[in-house]
Amino acid sequence: MKPKHYHDEEALGKIYDRRLARRMFGYLKPYGTQVTIAILLLLTVAALQVAGPYLMKIGIDDYIAAGDWHGLRLLALVFVGVLLLQFVAAYAQAYVMNWTGQRIMYDLRMEIFGHFQRLQLSFFDKNPVGRLITRATTDVDVLNELFTSGVIKIFGDIFTLAGIVAAMLWINWKLALVSFAVIPLLVAATAVFKMKVRDAFRRVRTCIARINAFLQENVTGMAVVQVFGQKERQYEEFRRRNQDHRDAFLDSIFYYAVFYPVVNLIGALAVALILWYGGLQVMEGALTLGAVVAFIQYADRFYRPISDLSEKFGILQSAMASSERIFKLLDTQPSIEQDPQPYRPRQARGEIEFRNVTFAYKPGNPVLHDVSFKVSPGERVAIVGATGSGKSTIISLLSRFYEIEEGQILIDGVDVRQWDMGALRRQMAIVLQDVFLFSGTVEENIALWSSREHPAPDPKSLREAARQVHAEPFIEELEQGYQSRIAERGSSLSVGQRQLLAFARALARDPRVLILDEATSSIDTETELLIQDALDRLMQGRTSLVVAHRLSTIQTSDRIIVLHKGRIREAGTHQQLLAQKGLYHTLYQLQYKDQLKGAWASEGQDGEAISCLDRA
Amino acid sequence: MIKLPRIPERIRHLGHLLPFLRPYRRSMLLGALMVLITNILAAASPWILKIGVDHLTQEINLNLLAFYAALILAASLAEGVFRFAMRRILIGVSRHVEYDLRNTLFHHLQQLSGDFYQKHSTGDIMARATNDLNAVRSVLGPAIMYSLNTFFTFVTVISLLLYLNWRLALLVLVPLAAVTLAVKFFGQRIHQRFEKIQEQFSDLTTMVQENLAGVRVVKAYNQEQAFIERFQQANQEYFDRNLSLVRLSGAYNPLLTLLLGLSMVLLLWYGGGKVISGVLSLGDFAAFMSYIMMLSWPVIALGWVMNIFERGAASMGRINTVLQTQPAVRDRDTRPLERIQGDIEVQGLDFAYNGAPVLHDVSFSVKAGETLAVVGRTGSGKSTLASLLCRLHPLPDGVIKVDGRDINSIPLEQLRGAIGFVPQETFLFSDTVERNIAFGSPQAGQDGIRRAAEVSNVRQDIEEFPEGFQTFVGERGITLSGGQKQRVAISRALLVDPRILILDDALSAVDTETEERILRSLGDELQGRTALLISHRISTVSRADKILVLDRGRIVERGDHEELMKLGGYYAALYEKQLLQEELEAG
Repeated sequence: MKPKHYHDEEALGKIYDRRLARRMFGYLKPYGTQVTIAILLLLTVAALQVAGPYLMKIGIDDYIAAGDWHGLRLLALVFVGVLLLQFVAAYAQAYVMNWTGQRIMYDLRMEIFGHFQRLQLSFFDKNPVGRLITRATTDVDVLNELFTSGVIKIFGDIFTLAGIVAAMLWINWKLALVSFAVIPLLVAATAVFKMKVRDAFRRVRTCIARINAFLQENVTGMAVVQVFGQKERQYEEFRRRNQDHRDAFLDSIFYYAVFYPVVNLIGALAVALILWYGGLQVMEGALTLGAVVAFIQYADRFYRPISDLSEKFGILQSAMASSERIFKLLDTQPSIEQDPQPYRPRQARGEIEFRNVTFAYKPGNPVLHDVSFKVSPGERVAIVGATGSGKSTIISLLSRFYEIEEGQILIDGVDVRQWDMGALRRQMAIVLQDVFLFSGTVEENIALWSSREHPAPDPKSLREAARQVHAEPFIEELEQGYQSRIAERGSSLSVGQRQLLAFARALARDPRVLILDEATSSIDTETELLIQDALDRLMQGRTSLVVAHRLSTIQTSDRIIVLHKGRIREAGTHQQLLAQKGLYHTLYQLQYKDQLKGAWASEGQDGEAISCLDRA
Repeated sequence: MIKLPRIPERIRHLGHLLPFLRPYRRSMLLGALMVLITNILAAASPWILKIGVDHLTQEINLNLLAFYAALILAASLAEGVFRFAMRRILIGVSRHVEYDLRNTLFHHLQQLSGDFYQKHSTGDIMARATNDLNAVRSVLGPAIMYSLNTFFTFVTVISLLLYLNWRLALLVLVPLAAVTLAVKFFGQRIHQRFEKIQEQFSDLTTMVQENLAGVRVVKAYNQEQAFIERFQQANQEYFDRNLSLVRLSGAYNPLLTLLLGLSMVLLLWYGGGKVISGVLSLGDFAAFMSYIMMLSWPVIALGWVMNIFERGAASMGRINTVLQTQPAVRDRDTRPLERIQGDIEVQGLDFAYNGAPVLHDVSFSVKAGETLAVVGRTGSGKSTLASLLCRLHPLPDGVIKVDGRDINSIPLEQLRGAIGFVPQETFLFSDTVERNIAFGSPQAGQDGIRRAAEVSNVRQDIEEFPEGFQTFVGERGITLSGGQKQRVAISRALLVDPRILILDDALSAVDTETEERILRSLGDELQGRTALLISHRISTVSRADKILVLDRGRIVERGDHEELMKLGGYYAALYEKQLLQEELEAG
């Protein structure tokens, strides 16, 4: 994964957006039963929560005051029962609610990941991988907050508050109304506090982002800071940012420091009111002592739901922003669609034809101009050209990674757009310049993974393939042979070994067409010879189209196509083209001639001459 | 018994915090005093309530009742004032210590040399400076405050309860003690399960990342469906792990409610009985109830605080390993030179990174004012050579001399002050173009900055930006092309008016035409300066006084352009290729 970037991405959306909300609640639909159960349990919990103080009241008034030992014991048992029930209900509620939330997240992640599989390559060229990963992981987790601790909890808080209010009114409505006098104070204090704290924390977050961005930059560029002798100045800047952060935090402490005492004071006010006004009522005989005690407990429970409710807004806000990003991604339509009645032959012949193909990654900037050529079944064709001539693009187009604007690409005389995409790709095996290895075992990297429609090659044939391309010796030298795990994209393997693995991967599929973008990096002579031999076996009896960087490859090709700045400039066999003394002749001297020398001197290392060219 | 010695072991790293706390010891004492007063006042309210309720059971005097009510308010107000002071002082101290600690950490990072940054990734360092620092801060602030608060609450409230009725007190405290244990127990386990979720989360992320990065292979080999199935498995595992956390954490709050409720039941049952038998008054009963409610937060906090201490200690350990790393490159027995002229002499230089040899027996010398060029393949050791001249890595004595003096004996500041360095990987700060150019010479004027940009051929580019030299570079500003970045970096190096200018492959991203222009204007600029040009291109190096060809850490050819061409080796071959290259580009 790429290193995390520290900057303040604080794109908070609206608190509530009806369109988004409706779409999000669509995901709740399959879980109607669970949601209903969760809500019922929530109601139970709220009701039981209210019961405690009421039981206290009964205890004091009916049993303690009456001196009824027996009744008191019974009541205590009831109380224990209520508590146990409350425990069970609350636990079940949390479980069901989280189960549902996690299930929805699971569904959403599957949907996003599945959507990625359908999108075309040009989408991935435009969107950085890091951002897409965030959609499928972090953004989804933010939504989880909404479901599990957001919406349903809001109901719970409202129920609890309503229950307390109802119970108080039930016991004594006058005293209840007097006690409620503190609720507006509590709401106001909480609202002001949350607002202030939100502002303060926004400042704190900006400050910490500034610190971290600065820190990251300085750690990355420490050599520059040190060489240019700017340590003191950078330290001073860091100290300033650090100071801003500290001061912002000290401000936020102020609000906390004021808020908690204020809440306490409001609580004390409630107790004082209950004592004073309740006393008045007791004197008039309208109220019992137990009721006074119960009221004191109820008043203590106002605060929690009110504070919780105000916290939910932040969650709603960030969930809306995340859902907006997710839906935007899901709304991207795949631009490469399967033909409704696709061509799906059992076995292809392996004929390739480009007919007047013009293609541009960015409109108005074509990389291929009017390219036409034909490769007969079983023919070996090499494509050569300087960097940027469009060689690799031809390969991408063949397997329909991109859609062309003009011309036609035909396989066995059928336009690739009419082919069943899976069938088309099953006929061809592609080996790219950078061998991409997945985390998994060596075997998995050769076989890749099975799905119902596309079974992976069986272990026997993949071993045979590995043997054919000379990959087996080094695989067996690994600690666990085929079952060895590949570390970090194959960093433990040499470049040559990775290539051999990729060859095995291609050969194991026994494709009709082999498409190969030869790597340019240098490989030691011994491995180079193995690769050359492996390549030869790989191409045997198949149509092959190779972007060639090896002298041996061009020498053994039936035909060479010379590409220059997106156009085909020359075509013919190696000898014919050399005799022409044209573009190919120059290219040959530049890219391939050294390999001849190297092979004779058998000292190797000359592959690097090419890398030197590629750098330019 | 076995567990006891382990706790101090784990907590020991927190000892490293003591020096940071020392400057604030007065404040901490004052804060502790505030906590004590707050708690005494807080304990007063239920006591007043007790008197009030007792009063209700007798003949009621309304005035007296109003007086008690007012007293409760007054006590709460007074408590509030002290609670405010307590929070401000104690949490404030934690923020001050955090500030000091972060400054110290940054300052220390600045002293560390290349070998440290090679061992530790940026992500690793950032994790220490953010997550770990935060964990330590939690110890300093909330953990210390709540520990004190819990301690004083226990002392005051429990002694009052014992005074009221010690049997009842012990009885209701049993479930409360269980709360502390439960919080501690759950806190640890929840943390563990949470880490398992994080692990799976990172697996999930890796799978998405691989799938997207390897999209060509995925598509070419029809792996879409297979990946969906694999992702489904990983996704299911993530779901399962989340649920295993829920099974535990879902019980957490209900359990606390249950235990606190049990305390109330015990009060009702046993305390109620005592009221009936007349041992306790109803006011005592109500006071007990209030005190139990008062204890509920401190008993939760206690378990919580213990976990914070443990995590904070582990984090402090990680921060401390950075703070205790000695800078490998620093001044020892140095004497400044009067003025650096720019003679460089390298004698028998061997160098290895983590045991892998990079440079072998490299020797050469450059006279002040001369230009030396180094060519060679990727990985031949050219860049290492450049960074060693800047002493970015520790070096043995006597192998590199500047003006005849071992560079280890020249103060770093003087040495680096004489060098203008353009590293291979261009690094610009997210700041304005102008401040980037003036990075090494903050006192430089507008004219100087513009002239430096002129020489490196980037002035025109910059002036075409929307805000010219004030344009922001980087994520929040405009993205410069590779060539523009390199040229800004060259301007930055030129502006320090260096005696020695080192360009490490600094023109690789500009086209040949621009390169030619830059080289021409640099030509005048290099008059009287020593220059080290590292490049792949013949055009960059051909005019140098001396050219070295490096291959796998050894010098294999040396001489000027003419001599090397005559030699017919690597250099001559490279030259030939570049001619062909130009021909091809023209064709």
